[in-house]
Amino acid sequence: MMEKMIIGRYVPAESLIHRMDPRSKLIIIFLFVCIIFLANNMLTYVLIGIYTFLMLGLSRIPFRFLYAGLKPVLWLVLFTLLLQVFFTKDGSLLYELGPIKIYEEGVRQGIFISMRFFFLILMTSLLTLTTTPIEITDGLETLLNPLKKVRFPVHEMALMMSISLRFIPTLMQETDKIMKAQIARGVEFSSGPVKERIKAVIPLLIPLFVSSFKRAEELAIAMEARGYRGGEGRTKYRLLRWKLADTMQLLILAILTILLILLRS
Amino acid sequence: MDISLQNIEYRYQAKTPFERLAIKDVSIDIPTGTYMALIGHTGSGKSTVLQHLNALLLPTEGTVVIGNHEVKAKQKNKNLRQIRQKVGIVFQFPEHQLFEETVEKDIIFGPMNFGVSEAAAKERARLALKQVGLAEEILEKSPFDLSGGQMRRVAIAGVLAMEPECLVLDEPTAGLDPRGRKEIMDMFYSLHKERNLSTILVTHSMEDAARYADQIVIMQEGHVVKQGTPVEIFSSVSELVDMGLDVPEVVRFQRSLEEKLGIKLGATYLSIEELSSAVAELLRGAPV
Amino acid sequence: MRGEVFMRESIVSLKNVSFQYENQGRNALQNVSFDIFDGEWLAIVGHNGSGKSTMAKLLNGLQFPQQGEIMVCGIRLNEESIWEIRKKLGMVFQNPDNQFVGTTVQDDVAFGLENHGTPRDDMILRVEDSLKKVKMDHFLNQEPHHLSGGQKQRVAIAGVLALRPSIIILDEATSMLDPKGRGEVLETVRALKDEKSLTVISITHDLEEAAKADRIIVMNQGEVYREGTPEDIFSMDDELVQLGLDIPFSIKMSNAFRQKGIDLSKHYLSEEELVNELWTYRSKI
Repeated sequence: MMEKMIIGRYVPAESLIHRMDPRSKLIIIFLFVCIIFLANNMLTYVLIGIYTFLMLGLSRIPFRFLYAGLKPVLWLVLFTLLLQVFFTKDGSLLYELGPIKIYEEGVRQGIFISMRFFFLILMTSLLTLTTTPIEITDGLETLLNPLKKVRFPVHEMALMMSISLRFIPTLMQETDKIMKAQIARGVEFSSGPVKERIKAVIPLLIPLFVSSFKRAEELAIAMEARGYRGGEGRTKYRLLRWKLADTMQLLILAILTILLILLRS
Repeated sequence: MDISLQNIEYRYQAKTPFERLAIKDVSIDIPTGTYMALIGHTGSGKSTVLQHLNALLLPTEGTVVIGNHEVKAKQKNKNLRQIRQKVGIVFQFPEHQLFEETVEKDIIFGPMNFGVSEAAAKERARLALKQVGLAEEILEKSPFDLSGGQMRRVAIAGVLAMEPECLVLDEPTAGLDPRGRKEIMDMFYSLHKERNLSTILVTHSMEDAARYADQIVIMQEGHVVKQGTPVEIFSSVSELVDMGLDVPEVVRFQRSLEEKLGIKLGATYLSIEELSSAVAELLRGAPV
Repeated sequence: MRGEVFMRESIVSLKNVSFQYENQGRNALQNVSFDIFDGEWLAIVGHNGSGKSTMAKLLNGLQFPQQGEIMVCGIRLNEESIWEIRKKLGMVFQNPDNQFVGTTVQDDVAFGLENHGTPRDDMILRVEDSLKKVKMDHFLNQEPHHLSGGQKQRVAIAGVLALRPSIIILDEATSMLDPKGRGEVLETVRALKDEKSLTVISITHDLEEAAKADRIIVMNQGEVYREGTPEDIFSMDDELVQLGLDIPFSIKMSNAFRQKGIDLSKHYLSEEELVNELWTYRSKI
């Protein structure tokens, strides 16, 4: 189940979107989330749809892969649609069967809201699918840099994020190992009454905490030994490069925004 | 307790795009009382095999027979707990599994999960602690206040207290100093003899394999490539070297001595004592 | 023979160093004094808890001794000088995972350089160069969980090298590795030592590893128990076993031959020397 989910996963490929600066991608996603609320009629939604699929196409992520990965989310979209259709009581009555009444406005709202939801999911997945977590961290760090003036710990936050990312796979392996060791000692994680199962988590969690603290301590020592003493005076190895494509992308988004403003009703 | 792996195969994340074949067509017989060493590089599939021995992994093909339990691929397998009760696993760095407030509670955790009464489990804890060479005083201590070596021993005691009929050891002495290593390995060996256990040792140490095992299985790329007694296995040095594996020091020494002196000793010797006797005899009676 | 050793230039020196961890009754190090010489490979051996790892922590200022003085590259180690000293003295720790900071190989090597404010252009060259030296330059973008323990340790060595240190400390850096990884790491360090005339301090309980050092210091209960060439140290025989250590194979083998009445010239012989000796012995009969 988890293996098939694509939300939050990075898929390496050579594409225009992959090569973009993470900063521009972050800005675009942020703006996209805002301007999607400008759409309020069929035409504007279609425009956003065209834009979204254009971006997907440029990313060269196989469609089959996207479909398989997003299937679970599609159910959620469908659920949103049905919720709107059945529970909005506005506009003219379209259909009636016993207690079920479907109104025009309900269908309209349902389609729009679920489309909005759908496009948002597509665009945000596109960000994580085409940008490595460390690039996202770097992008965020640079974008948030001005906040340093108000003493916001931008560097520390970015370092924390990148270290967490680095240790996720390590901790997953560790969890698997401890789980197996405890199963071998007679713990049942996946069957039995709920109360027992909750209790079964303790022999897993405590060793995990203990080892994570130990790791954190050793990592801190190793970092110090390698000369780490805060963000002051540090240089950066990773360099973000703003390219022509990034400017172009922002321009395209600006045009889309203007069109949306002009065409919305 | 007899254990037998019959043509087992295991695929990780089967039926997903990330599927990976870990072992294929592995057949190993481990009759009661056997001390078997499982050797191979990291990634050769030994730890996958190991996890089949107490049904932590279920084969995607083939059958695993453990005592009178049978685990078959593609079948609903029940009573896995009964298997786990009989097969104790000491994982690599077993101290990572400690979690209780006191050493005693941690040791009795396993036995009590398998339905042993508290009083009986405490009795077993005492015994197990003695076996691993720790004093009873530490029963009331927190396992996290102990030294690394002591923690290792407590974790091992936790497995021994389950009184398994088969012991699976995955690099049980990794990271210990030479004295600790020898004490732990000797302890497992005497337990093996005393209780007529079946013992499976996964190790990188050819010395340990030569010293303790009576059967050696070599794995490579998910297959069993060689199986035999230590003397059989270590007689063909070049084959092992080709596989990128080590040879026990004694054997290596015997070969270079044979080469230098231009002789061939009658047998392959696995201990310093045997080899030195054989060579001494040869030298004394050697014609010029 | 000792005179020769002292002729060489001392790069690290400890004078009457004592150290005690908080909440512990006994000193972890007790009045320890010795010198480490420029360009040598020094092995510090001892069983777990003998004080050898505490020594590593003191040498680059992760802990400070309560008594005594430590000099590294002519600088007295104290709170102010630690950053300078950490550039000259790189450490590789025991657990390959818990010292890998970067999300990829190249990021990890760059980490130390970033900390020291190295300009980016220089950084790129140094990252590439040091990864080449440890033969990990084909893994630039690899993530740590796809690397073996030995590979991770080599990356850690590259991270140290990038800072162009004079001294490298291996703090049980091979004890969690399989034999292949152990071989890789030691071979890498040996090649680097020869090429860059580094001083290597390896803290270990693996006597086979120590056998390859120029000099060995045996620690026991926080004190320097013995100091000498591998030959000196290995002639201690059973004394080593009592200290929780082991005896190298060739010594055990020689001892067995002596018991069987075969006279051997020296006490410590490497395996090769022993084979030669037996050959000579036979031709004399």
